[in-house]
Amino acid sequence: MLDAMIYALPFLMEGLWVTIQVSLLTVTISLVAGVVLGCALIYGPLPLRLFTRLFSDTIRGIPILVLIFFVYYGFPAIGVDFDSFWAAVTALTLFKTAQVIEYVRGAVESIPRGQNEAGMAIGLTFSERLTSVIFPQALRRFLPPWINGVTDAVKGSALVSLLGVTDLMHAINQVIGRTYEAMPLYVLGAFIYFVINFSLSTLSRRLERRLSHVQA
Amino acid sequence: MHEPLLTVRDLKKSFGLTEVLKSIDFNVGRGEVVAVIGPSGSGKTTLLRCINFLETYDGGSVRIDGAEVGYTEAGKRRGERALARMRAETGMVFQSFNLFPHLTAAQNVMLGLTKVRNKTKAEAREIAGHWLGRVGLGQKADALPSELSGGQQQRVGIARAVAMEPKILLLDEITSALDPELVGEVLEVVRGLAADGMTMLMVTHEIAFARDASSRIVFMADGTIAAEGPPVELIASAEANPRLFSFLARFRASHF
Repeated sequence: MLDAMIYALPFLMEGLWVTIQVSLLTVTISLVAGVVLGCALIYGPLPLRLFTRLFSDTIRGIPILVLIFFVYYGFPAIGVDFDSFWAAVTALTLFKTAQVIEYVRGAVESIPRGQNEAGMAIGLTFSERLTSVIFPQALRRFLPPWINGVTDAVKGSALVSLLGVTDLMHAINQVIGRTYEAMPLYVLGAFIYFVINFSLSTLSRRLERRLSHVQA
Repeated sequence: MHEPLLTVRDLKKSFGLTEVLKSIDFNVGRGEVVAVIGPSGSGKTTLLRCINFLETYDGGSVRIDGAEVGYTEAGKRRGERALARMRAETGMVFQSFNLFPHLTAAQNVMLGLTKVRNKTKAEAREIAGHWLGRVGLGQKADALPSELSGGQQQRVGIARAVAMEPKILLLDEITSALDPELVGEVLEVVRGLAADGMTMLMVTHEIAFARDASSRIVFMADGTIAAEGPPVELIASAEANPRLFSFLARFRASHF
């Protein structure tokens, strides 16, 4: 069993690197897009708010797997032809963006209205109120669910193997295809996923504890 | 005769079909302390919020030092930056304090000074220290709001407002959310500001305080000013005004 694992490790590391790339790209792009669109949903003019709401509800209503196939097989029909890697990243990012939008909305709307008014009363402009009053407080409520969402992104990235992208999951299956030893490989793969996500959720718990002290 | 610092003319405001302010007219002179009293729902707080444009109004005008607060002379709503500059000229203290919970007492006071008044951090810290000392919280500069009592939080709220050197200070039922034993320390601070000549407009349920500390009382009922005058005269004339009489009578019944 150990032999099989040691044989597989170099292949899995290549796959792991792709998994990390997919996860990082998804998480980073969706963070930026989600925060921007989240603010648009809260503060934007009506058409923008409606668009963002429609986007978020639609995307969140579709299974990720369907979304991945939709981008890979469907988008070429409208002239957008990604290779499998970028199709997968795009689909995962769309999905994650919709989630981040909701985290942002929830976090910002949990800040009492009086905070905004107190900022107005001392003469802060809209952007000053956001950066000095609203966002620092909202960040505490945004971070814990967002980090949980990051672990979801890492796990969800395994779906890209279905487009033939050689991520960790796909690498595992390839090795099994050669050695016919499924159990040790899946144990090893599961362990690697677990280590990544357990570190993330430990970080999240620690952060939560730190923030709860400050908030009180 | 100087022009009054604050002039409110024919101010009208509705929430949906409910007319909250029905043509309000009144002035506040420089250095004057005016108390607004009246039953709940009479429009007191809305009036106060219109004065620094936290609430838009449907008609009439609010001028501070001759300048219309929410609108340009052409009648257009002011832009975000101009509005913020106008608001910085009016200080506001809230019923529920509304301190910034992620900032210390000193940082609460400093925020407007650095962002709006363009003070350096060091200058702002010094001014904050001065005002926190004035409200008796010199030792609490580095405390977070959650570490302060209600009365202390409200005094920080006052320091935050006056540190901006506003032309007029608006106080919105600032003791209503406080335990009775904490009311005194907050009113003491207000008394001190009045003695310094700070122009103040305060909505209050503390009739005794309004009588002692204000130079004029405005009695509101049903979105109008039902009576107005120097405290002693107004209270003495209550017999002639049924609404004022019943309001004060209810107050006497519950507090004496």
